[in-house]
Amino acid sequence: MSNTNRRDFLGMSFAAVAAVGGAASLVGMKQAWDPLPSVLAAGFTTVDLAKINLVPGQPQTFKWRGKPIFILEKTADMEAYDGDLVVGDKRYTVAIGLCTHLGCIPAWKTDVWKCACHGGEFDATGKHTFGPPPKPLVTPPFSINGTVLTLGEEGSESKAMMAARA
Amino acid sequence: MALINESFFSAEGLEKRLAGKKFWKTMMTEYWIPKDINFLWALGVVLAVTFSILIISGIFLMMYYKPDTALAFDSVNYTIMQEVAFGWLFRHMHGVAASVIFLVIYIHMFTGIYYGSYKKGREMIWISGMLLFVTFSAGGFSGYMLPWGQMSYWAAAVITNLFAGGSLEAWGLVEWIRGGFAVNDATLTRFFMLHVFLLPLVIIMVIVFHFYTLRIPHVNNQISDDIDYDAEAEKYLAGNKKESKVIPFWPVFLSKDFAVVSVFLIFYFYLVFFNYNFAMDPVNFDPANDMVTPAHIYPEWYFLWSYETLRGPFFDMLGMKAGDIGLIIFGLAQVIFLVFPFLDKDPDVLPAHKRPMFFIWFWIMIVDLLVLSVYGKLPPTGANAWVGFYATAVFLLLWIVLPIVTKMDAKKRGAL
Amino acid sequence: MRELKIFAVVAFFTGVLYWGVEPFAHTQLHPHKPAPDYTFSDTDDVRNGKIGDVASGKSLIVDQFQCQSCHTLTVDGAQIGASMDMGVVTPDLTSAGLIYDERYLAAFIANPAKAAQVEHKFVDGAAHPMTSFDLAYDGTFGDDDAQAVADIVAFLKSIAPSSLTNKEVFADACQRCHGIKYGDFYGGTMAAKGDVSTYMGTTPPDLSQYIRSRSKGFLHEFINEPGKHLHGTAMPRVGLTESAENQVVSYMEEVGDSSKPQREALAPNFLGYLVIFALFAWLWKAKIWREVH
Repeated sequence: MSNTNRRDFLGMSFAAVAAVGGAASLVGMKQAWDPLPSVLAAGFTTVDLAKINLVPGQPQTFKWRGKPIFILEKTADMEAYDGDLVVGDKRYTVAIGLCTHLGCIPAWKTDVWKCACHGGEFDATGKHTFGPPPKPLVTPPFSINGTVLTLGEEGSESKAMMAARA
Repeated sequence: MALINESFFSAEGLEKRLAGKKFWKTMMTEYWIPKDINFLWALGVVLAVTFSILIISGIFLMMYYKPDTALAFDSVNYTIMQEVAFGWLFRHMHGVAASVIFLVIYIHMFTGIYYGSYKKGREMIWISGMLLFVTFSAGGFSGYMLPWGQMSYWAAAVITNLFAGGSLEAWGLVEWIRGGFAVNDATLTRFFMLHVFLLPLVIIMVIVFHFYTLRIPHVNNQISDDIDYDAEAEKYLAGNKKESKVIPFWPVFLSKDFAVVSVFLIFYFYLVFFNYNFAMDPVNFDPANDMVTPAHIYPEWYFLWSYETLRGPFFDMLGMKAGDIGLIIFGLAQVIFLVFPFLDKDPDVLPAHKRPMFFIWFWIMIVDLLVLSVYGKLPPTGANAWVGFYATAVFLLLWIVLPIVTKMDAKKRGAL
Repeated sequence: MRELKIFAVVAFFTGVLYWGVEPFAHTQLHPHKPAPDYTFSDTDDVRNGKIGDVASGKSLIVDQFQCQSCHTLTVDGAQIGASMDMGVVTPDLTSAGLIYDERYLAAFIANPAKAAQVEHKFVDGAAHPMTSFDLAYDGTFGDDDAQAVADIVAFLKSIAPSSLTNKEVFADACQRCHGIKYGDFYGGTMAAKGDVSTYMGTTPPDLSQYIRSRSKGFLHEFINEPGKHLHGTAMPRVGLTESAENQVVSYMEEVGDSSKPQREALAPNFLGYLVIFALFAWLWKAKIWREVH
């Protein structure tokens, strides 16, 4: 009788040891899928608002972490909004240019961003005004130093903008 | 005793070592199939042939394809299509076969549903078949990314976005799948690995399992007759071929398969040479550009019906966001067919034309899937959005009423 | 018989699905546009009936306006002039008389931005690098201007070669802005001749696979009048004659779908073989099944 019990116990312990090894291997394999450190590090982009020759009412697109970033200098008749970035006497919309519905890039048509995929629209402040998008355009994390915007670095301004949009 | 004395270099010696004749009898000349079948029964072999075409054409494409975002597009559209001898043929064959195989899968699936070939012992065949549908879908999705055209990139971006789970906002999961913030080179190479190695391996293993699960319950027949295989096999072997209800896999069943395959090949190669845009969408001949979204993004035709269920709910309902409702129905649509055998409450195996209410259910489902497919391609604006909404609602309703409908048929027949 | 019925049902539903997802969806996604107009009838004929004189045209170009200060062209067998980079490199004029429609050419010389349908680009003081034609510098386009333009067009037609290869037409009409790298994949000679991204506002796309990504109908409609398909585009209306445009599209096919001739040659043989194969397959099946029916 004791022989059988010892064999069972040994068998179960062996299985447990094998299982631990298997689980550890899976964790390692999961980590092999993770984005590479070099990809994560290339996460900062700087834009100098004074040097990019923005025409009010005509947004420009920049690239940050593979995503388009819309920067629009608002004209006088565009609604002033808490979520605006204010630099001196100019108001800007800074937003990730991906439609919040399924991720297509909307195109600027005169005074709205219109998404060709399913007709969603975002106004000059990035608020979703028509169609399937469930949320306004997302504010990227950024910090601002004078007129220099650094995308990827969370600053108080972007925190405030994100809070205003929530 | 395990030692074999006959020489390796003799017929008897080889037979003793490999049992080839026994194997041949078991797998071919004495593997019994019902005689009362139609050409739809040949579709399994048609699928095997089409899959073989994919493997072989894929092997040749792999010789020249470069899984790198800077090189992929030109390696396909210049090197393979214009420099490699018959490269264009292998590429057209691969793209058209990938599309046509889904047409055959759907017909094969609905043949099974029509004749009740998923229940009373055949559930494993059905489940393994649906697993093949899922793995082939993954194969199609990963393969489409490889030419790195505009559709490749944007379909990848939209579909990997879905893993954020709508309101769950699981962006960490999305970035883990992609290997980066946006769809990038790491995404391409890992989907290349999936498409070219892991998925084919899994598919082949599931195909073997699918064939294995078929043997014990045997292949079904047009009147869903429950055949006494031993008795019928004896008749056949005694020489009573005309009275027997069964035929051997080789040569009788396979001879019909070959004939059906030969007609299929004419249809298939006609498409390869003359009408391939449905499988190789023109938009994908624009190189991938992560800063420009094409005017119309749509998946390949075989994903349109479930893509439309994603877009179908376009307004918030029942306290849930439209996007979330769509995502849930989309997720359900991928797997609901798996549980078909357990939703059918009719204990008899019968063709649909002997089950009046189920017959109606079947054809409504076919029409609904067609409507979802066509509207999945169109821009979801105006009236299109409403058609999509109602077609999605009908889809859900059909699954809810399936147990009721099948029970009603069975009760009327006196089986329940 | 029953098998035929079953086949008919399967074929019917497959046909409906194909129709809905392909031809029908196509009409919804790509609304029909009017056919290309190679007479350029919506452009005024600024020559107003004047007959051009070649000698006068030569004198206007070479002596009076000295177009060779910005353009190269071949006069009396020799190349004169120099091209300039004005954001876009100025074209050589030798082939212009052959590949561009003369009514369009006349209108272009008279008012480049208007004929090319790019007036929307030159606002707020910006001007087309080529000034509008004004013989007497008096701000009006009168009879004498019309005669002068007719003369210039006549001269350009006289110096043009009688024919060009498809590649040469592409090089002259398109390559200043568009690359077509598959035209010389390893040598790199078919890149765009200059970087016009600032002048255009965007980099014009490489055309290597446009013969696959767009239908022939679309290409002809688009090249003939880009604004018809892409309202507000920076691409000018080029003014190609129908035959020159056919040459451009043929070149795009040579470069982008070079295996087409082989594909079309192989098809009947391949399919013919499969028909024979099917015949034998059915005969063998029939023989085998005769024993069991």
